[in-house]
Amino acid sequence: MSASLEKGVRVLKEVIDAPIASYFNSCVHCGLCAEACLFYTETGDPKYTPIHKLEPLRRIYEQEYTLLGRLGKTFGLSKPVTDAELAEWQELVYNSCTLCGRCSVVCPVGNDIVYMVRKFREGMSAAGHAPEGIKGAVNRTITIGSPMGVKLPAVKAQMKHVEADYGLPIPLDAEGAEYMVMLSSMEIINFPEYLGAIAKIMHQAGKSWTLCSTAFEATNAGMQIGNSDLARVLVKRIVDGAERLRVKTVISPECGHAYTALRWEGANLIGRPFTFAVKHIIEVLGEFQKQGLLKTEGFETDRLTFHDPCQLARRGGVIQQQRDLMNQVAQNFVEMPEAGFMNWCCGGGGGASAIEEGEALRLEAFKKKKSQLDAVKPDRLVTACANCRIVLEEGLEHYQMNIPVVGLTEMIAEHIPEPSAEKGA
Amino acid sequence: MNDMQFLTWVRGPGLDIAVGIFLLGVFWRLFEIYSLGRKKDLSAPRSVSGASGWHTIFRRSLPPEGMLGKSPVSYIGGYTFHIGLAIVVFLFAPHILLIKNLTGLSWPGLPSQFVDLVAVVTLAAMVVVLVDRINKPVKRYLSTFGDWFTWTLTFLPVLTGWMAVQHLLLPYTTMLAIHILTVELLLVFLPFTKLFHAFTAFGSRWYNGAVNGHKGVAV
Repeated sequence: MSASLEKGVRVLKEVIDAPIASYFNSCVHCGLCAEACLFYTETGDPKYTPIHKLEPLRRIYEQEYTLLGRLGKTFGLSKPVTDAELAEWQELVYNSCTLCGRCSVVCPVGNDIVYMVRKFREGMSAAGHAPEGIKGAVNRTITIGSPMGVKLPAVKAQMKHVEADYGLPIPLDAEGAEYMVMLSSMEIINFPEYLGAIAKIMHQAGKSWTLCSTAFEATNAGMQIGNSDLARVLVKRIVDGAERLRVKTVISPECGHAYTALRWEGANLIGRPFTFAVKHIIEVLGEFQKQGLLKTEGFETDRLTFHDPCQLARRGGVIQQQRDLMNQVAQNFVEMPEAGFMNWCCGGGGGASAIEEGEALRLEAFKKKKSQLDAVKPDRLVTACANCRIVLEEGLEHYQMNIPVVGLTEMIAEHIPEPSAEKGA
Repeated sequence: MNDMQFLTWVRGPGLDIAVGIFLLGVFWRLFEIYSLGRKKDLSAPRSVSGASGWHTIFRRSLPPEGMLGKSPVSYIGGYTFHIGLAIVVFLFAPHILLIKNLTGLSWPGLPSQFVDLVAVVTLAAMVVVLVDRINKPVKRYLSTFGDWFTWTLTFLPVLTGWMAVQHLLLPYTTMLAIHILTVELLLVFLPFTKLFHAFTAFGSRWYNGAVNGHKGVAV
């Protein structure tokens, strides 16, 4: 057994807990989870059945934690997990799983399959079987500070542009601010409108906010690859920044996995509860809306639909707010079939979009989103995750569908009266 | 060994051994699984009504949105044979009598003709889900020896019980003895095969509901 495989197997043994043991014992091989997975429904290949993606983990469980399995192992009757097998499973655990969690909500015996995939990735990553694309993203985040190689000067440059364009200050390292706003690299590079939108929204709501020079990047590739040690380093940066600035709330940007990493995994990664709250920007906007702090004028009149990022909705519990926000600024908002809790993934979550060799499969899986869109034929598609947005744009272009994709926060901000106009009024 | 001796053995020592292995097996397996424990979730919970382990134990008995149409045989066949098994096992008068003799507990049964009908429907549903397992690429792909074996273990007691009552094929005494033997095999293997989901499915649903309920998601 190679040293890396040994390490991987050790990690797999460590991640197995009572829920996983219960799940493996409950599976009756009904295959219903396949019907919930877009990688199966769009390819028809049974190897993409979610529970099958966990087969090596199941065998380790059986061989290490059951009496009969241990007996079998002692007498050489069981099939050990090998490097070659884990290499083969890389495609199943990373390329064809976006951690969307749809399988976990349909399993009739109640197995939380995505919970197990997330844990399985810990062992895969330790054994050296994570895809190069995500490995690169993790390395850049650890060494440079962001998965796309964005450094503080790039953020500062963008802050200047936005200040000039919007005529509003972008605070940096403001101690005691109520909100600390996080960004994703994708937003810094591709969607600078997000920062401007935040400035307008906060200005109107009369809230104090700040960016943090030591923690501006919210995404957590460590979590996506399944390496808790690295994920912890990234979360710790944010925790240190938030505690140094003594903010009440950290706002996770329009990025699904950043939210899961910080909101649900963060405290567990650092081993203690946070001293601040974590909210997705859509939750914050929802609160402002309820408190009457979000005043907009005018409406979008074209036909709009909303793509629910999995980590925000099904995996994060934020489902109604985006709909209330859409209705505030859109006259013609239509829902795709199975929208909300049961929404289908864009196909690129969970780090999948960073895997170059997974592109063909990703585009194949995108046919599910295509069919959802074909059912309502929107003029534009609104979402609240920069990664979904990029993946959606790629898929739409591939299938030659002319549907622009916009971020919800920016769309809301466009309907907020200009600060100068307010003063004049 | 003649028919009567066979019946006496399966009713006496055979039953004791089978029930003993079953009970020890169930306790051991439950301990083996749930003593692994899990880490406390340190993230701040989001409380939403309807999102908890207990809710999911019940909610997951119904097909989630859009799923019934995707695999009607799994759902309708599954409901039919599970409910059928429960009726045949727990509401057939001779079974209740046996349970009363063993435990002292008793409840009213259903008319024998009705239970006969349920047994036939259960057998038919089990054949349908077996054919589905053979025909559906995903089910066939996932299937192992354990799936065929446990199907047989479950099917035989229903079949032999029904045949004994109908006095088919073999003399009543022989068929009854075979019936009891097949039940004993079922009891012996249940804790160590996928049939153990009869116990763990509740724990699994609870964990799933609790983990996601912590996030305010009613799964």
